[in-house]
Amino acid sequence: MVSVSKPSLSPHLRRLEAEAIGILRETLASFRNPVLLYSIGKDSSVVLHLALKAFAPGRLPFPCLHIATGWDFRDMLEFRKRRVAELKLDLIVHTNPEGLARGINPIDHGSQVHMHVMATEALKQALDAHGFDAAIGGARRDEEKARAKERVFSHRSAGHIWDPRNQRPELWGLFNTRIDKGEGMRVFPLSNWTEFDVWDYIAAEEIPLVPLYYAALRPVLRRDGMLIMRDDDRMPLKPDEQAEQLWVRFRTMGDWPLTAAHESRAQTVDDVIHELRSSCLSERAGRLIDQDQDASMERKKREGYF
Amino acid sequence: MSNQRIEEGRGLLRFLTCGSVDDGKSTLIGRLLHDSRLIAEDTLETLARDSRRHGTVGEEVDLALLVDGLEAERQQGITIDVAYRYFATQRRSFIVADTPGHEQYTRNMATGASNSDLAVILVDARKGIVTQTRRHATICSLLGIKHLVLAVNKIDLIEFDEAQFAKIVEDWNKFSADLHFSETQPIPVSARFGDNVTTSSARTPWYSGPTLAEYLESVDVDYGLRDKPFRFQVQWVNRPNLDFRGFSGTVASGQIALGDSLVVANSGRQSQVTRILGPDGDQPTASAGEAVTICLADELDLARGDMLVPPAARAEVADQLAVNLLWMDEEPLLPGRKYLARFGHAWVPVSVTSIKYRLDINTQQQTPTKKLALNEIAFCNLEISGRVAFDPYTENRATGAFIMVDRYTNRTAGAGMVSFALRRATHIHAEGFLVDKAARAALLNQQPQVIWFTGLSGSGKSSIAKLVEAALHRDGRLTYSLDGDNLRLGLNRDLGFTDQDRVENIRRVGEVAKLFLDAGAIVLCSFISPFRAERRMVREMMAPGEFIEIFVETPVEECIRRDPKGLYQKALDGKIPNFTGISSPYEEPEAAELVVSTAGRTPQESAAAVLDYLRLRLGG
Repeated sequence: MVSVSKPSLSPHLRRLEAEAIGILRETLASFRNPVLLYSIGKDSSVVLHLALKAFAPGRLPFPCLHIATGWDFRDMLEFRKRRVAELKLDLIVHTNPEGLARGINPIDHGSQVHMHVMATEALKQALDAHGFDAAIGGARRDEEKARAKERVFSHRSAGHIWDPRNQRPELWGLFNTRIDKGEGMRVFPLSNWTEFDVWDYIAAEEIPLVPLYYAALRPVLRRDGMLIMRDDDRMPLKPDEQAEQLWVRFRTMGDWPLTAAHESRAQTVDDVIHELRSSCLSERAGRLIDQDQDASMERKKREGYF
Repeated sequence: MSNQRIEEGRGLLRFLTCGSVDDGKSTLIGRLLHDSRLIAEDTLETLARDSRRHGTVGEEVDLALLVDGLEAERQQGITIDVAYRYFATQRRSFIVADTPGHEQYTRNMATGASNSDLAVILVDARKGIVTQTRRHATICSLLGIKHLVLAVNKIDLIEFDEAQFAKIVEDWNKFSADLHFSETQPIPVSARFGDNVTTSSARTPWYSGPTLAEYLESVDVDYGLRDKPFRFQVQWVNRPNLDFRGFSGTVASGQIALGDSLVVANSGRQSQVTRILGPDGDQPTASAGEAVTICLADELDLARGDMLVPPAARAEVADQLAVNLLWMDEEPLLPGRKYLARFGHAWVPVSVTSIKYRLDINTQQQTPTKKLALNEIAFCNLEISGRVAFDPYTENRATGAFIMVDRYTNRTAGAGMVSFALRRATHIHAEGFLVDKAARAALLNQQPQVIWFTGLSGSGKSSIAKLVEAALHRDGRLTYSLDGDNLRLGLNRDLGFTDQDRVENIRRVGEVAKLFLDAGAIVLCSFISPFRAERRMVREMMAPGEFIEIFVETPVEECIRRDPKGLYQKALDGKIPNFTGISSPYEEPEAAELVVSTAGRTPQESAAAVLDYLRLRLGG
């Protein structure tokens, strides 16, 4: 049966879609053992959606990997379970066992230690344990200044080191995918997408997302000017502190004690797009971890954070 | 942020900005983002904080800090890499490649240009067209950019002087007449104060042209990809089960419809399109830029790297090309050395056989050269092991470009653009003889072999090789020895000891060894052969298993002590330049078939070790 491309997809989005599909196919064709980093957020949901298209009519030819820190929103885990069943995904879930044994958590140890041990180190462990040589992620260049220079195929030397001075120039989309033993590549099919592109695409393709992206009445605490949703009772309440029921939504997904909500009534994709277009805050403003220190993203990247 | 969706029509514009260090590139992009109201509030707060710490404009908010990215660069105050910025107006979305103006980073500019349709070249109004302007324009032209904006910046610093602006434009026109731009729009701007960036300046009443933003929103940069012949490079063969076999890739140019005939460029085999799968399933047609999977009526031998083309408008196929090459690696390009090249999705071994000339990008002059250093551009002959399908770069950027990769470091070492095929070699076919290598080997009752001894001068290579040859001869085997002395006195007497000459020396040795091998002999070669790449080059001339590398390992201190020819003494006295181990490097083998340590061993003992190994290999 012959169908025509969805009329809702603009030429601009169609071009981004084609580029991302090309990058995904390139990864499969060039690497021995690729993996899709599935963080359950909107960006990796878009990457997953694109990957299903890229390899059709075949199935997804590589596994998905979720680095679970133990502090994911319950809604995220629920959503993950649903999507794995619907799409029959081959999903690997990894949590840093040493971090778990040492009881590393964002409340007692702060966001930096927690993220380093439970996200960065955990990711390296999982990549090493399975011998993955290419890890596909949903990061975009427009997210943050340090990412503006990131490559589509970002080379990591042995030990997952990202050396900003030793990245390969990328000309004409002729990617240099060659690596030595022990080295790896991080691959970013959404490099050229903006946050608006992602949302426009989610709307046009009707991609399901974790409900937290949409506004609902949720119990939140006000802390340091941030709205934190207390997803379980591991976060102690301060004296006289009480959760209020507010209409809020989240702009990014992450560990719940580290991810701030904002007040919103945007309950649908179109509402969210409308809200974004009139918003004045950048996407990462809701991430507590990025405000810890200057140029923090770049430092984390060098250490191997996505 | 604008509430309106981007209008259909103009689509995405990818452009790059180029200028010298202080021309104000970053400030200009910052100004574009700022005046398009695209800077989020928290970003502006960070900016204000950063301006106080790193800024260069006193109390003002330094817009350049919006786009300068990495920590180290910010501290040095220069952009050292290509950064991509994204913004959209109501009429168009943009991707800006921000590329450095610093002298040594030509490669970054080329990278940005390879991914752009238009370039904004910045000129300081006080300085006019300078060497760097010529450099940037040359690179843009070479990389095939047709549309330019000449942004004459800091117009405020020349008191908005019309005459001076006109003079700069005139200089530009004179200079750029030989370059292949189809359209240049000169605009007087002040990035710092915003004149003619997004709003027309009252201070340049004599200028009636578009602002920079207006121009970028409206310029038509259609390179006509859809109207060019159909080109499809097979990226991946999609065969999920026995019932489906499709060829996935992105249409490089042209269009295709169900039922159309296609041929494989390399083999000429033909078939018809039976299905086209796009991102949403079956579709009747596909055109440039679409990522699709094509199914064909016949089972053709078709793999990743092949190109599908229409029978009536085929791509060229060749094994020798004339190319423009930009070198991007710290280690210079040496003719004869093997690299890997990527044409489309095909990876092939290549070497530059000769450098016709180096292009001085400041003066556009052509000068002879024997090697190509970082950031240099040359016109070269490229030899390919195998054949590739291509179009000249000026006709098709997607099928006329390639990258070169260093085989040891995997660094992207060069970026190339094909000019034309060299026909000479394609008509010389290897002569087939009735008596071949196998027949001669059978007559001699032996397995032809190249045994390659490598090591420092004085390590004992030749002594060991002589003893080994004598023993093999006693065993009844036909042998022949090649060494530096017997070849350099004759065949190679025109060669010296520079890196280029060493490469050529070894190449010739390899060819001679190959002829003796073909004659059925066991060839013993003793050469310092200090570079891994050259040893690998010779290895690849032979069939697998025919080349045995033996590393004669002797510490340089021991070689100096032995110094049988007195050469080390001369080298240490500075009388011999480029002496391996002293003033020229020796790269030890990483995977030699055999390593013989001579320390504490007589040559006889070392030879015996080699013979043990060889008798095992050669049998009998």
